[in-house]
Amino acid sequence: MQNLNFQQVLRYQDEFLHGIVNTLEMTAIAALFGLLIGVVGAVLVGNGPRPVRVLIKAYIELIRNTPPLIQLFVIFFIFPSAGIRLAPFPSACVALSVYFGAYAIEIIRSGLASIPKSQVEAGECLGLTRFEVFRYVVLAPALRNIYPSITSQLILLLLGTSVASQIAAEELFHTATFVESRTFRSFEVYALISAIYVALVVASHIIFAVVGAFAFRWPVRR
Amino acid sequence: MRTLSLVDLMAFLEGLQWTLVLVVLSFVFGGLLGLALALLRTSNIAPVRWVASAFLQLVQGVPLLALLMFFYFGMPVFLGVEVPSLTAVTVAFSIYSGVFLGEIWRGGIQAVKYTQWEAAASLGLSRWEQFVFVIAPQALKISLPATVGFLVQLIKGTSLASVVGFVELTRAGQIASAATFQQLLVYSIIAAIYFAICFPLTQWSRSLEARLNGTG
Repeated sequence: MQNLNFQQVLRYQDEFLHGIVNTLEMTAIAALFGLLIGVVGAVLVGNGPRPVRVLIKAYIELIRNTPPLIQLFVIFFIFPSAGIRLAPFPSACVALSVYFGAYAIEIIRSGLASIPKSQVEAGECLGLTRFEVFRYVVLAPALRNIYPSITSQLILLLLGTSVASQIAAEELFHTATFVESRTFRSFEVYALISAIYVALVVASHIIFAVVGAFAFRWPVRR
Repeated sequence: MRTLSLVDLMAFLEGLQWTLVLVVLSFVFGGLLGLALALLRTSNIAPVRWVASAFLQLVQGVPLLALLMFFYFGMPVFLGVEVPSLTAVTVAFSIYSGVFLGEIWRGGIQAVKYTQWEAAASLGLSRWEQFVFVIAPQALKISLPATVGFLVQLIKGTSLASVVGFVELTRAGQIASAATFQQLLVYSIIAAIYFAICFPLTQWSRSLEARLNGTG
């Protein structure tokens, strides 16, 4: 084994920290807009007019059956051809939102479908308004049902942001390529960021578990 | 600067061949690793299960892109020799596939009722025979939809091999887009090619799933 040298690489800790913050920021932005697409899309795909439903289904299939890297390239080059100048970071956020949105629609739709019709009818029998039925009888239990799938998809999104480095958006993986080009310590750099990603994923798992335990602690009876 | 021509399309097809080579190699080697991991994860010995699941957590916590770089630059460090890029990317994708297939197949094995093991044991089959003749066929049927689903995931994932300069479909697209400056057109064509391969597989996976649930 060649001698490894992590010292040189660790000198760039500020850059790495910056990269971590940017990666988390990108994940949060894409998650927010992706979930927004997910909720709107899931409601429309269930109740919208036929052309809208067909369009949403086409969008889902298109995103699910092409590589995220290619989606990123297409979206990155769509803006200039439409005459819009957009920096790499926002472009990556748009691409990742579009990507995450397609998966979010599928998950949220399955969550809404998991609520039996009789439960809605039971809510109506109690004299709840339409909104109250949706909020308390459909949405809340649906969210609990899909919470595990949404969180694991969020973790995949966190890992997926690494692809944004390919259009030079400044996130953690981009930091790695930058430090590599300065130090030529390729293996050390990639071993280090692999460890950082693992730590981020483990931390996310813990946070999601704690949030889930608090948010969904009302009693379940079956 | 030139415009996109038939030559580029031929180059895409050649790139596609390498994408498929990479997919087949990773699926075969990953399948072997996955089978081993699935068996370790369903082992009766607790520490064996822990080690397998720790390995799994580790690999699943790293982005595919970083995994690729780790092995691309790591193999010369560990082995002391330069390896061809096909070897390095195949190792990375095999480990990636192995971990995911291992999880899918573990689920399949655990979905087969434990009484099936006992029934096979009471027929006098050895533990290995119980697995091969009684459990595996049932587990395979249960996990086939998810396995095909993962195949789509793998095909899309191989696009990242372009990053280390391995000339597969995506890299062929990058080369053409650098030469022609018609990036949007080039990447739309590449996306269409990926879609043409992945979409039928996704549909197949869905119909398998529907048949499994008795609604197809």
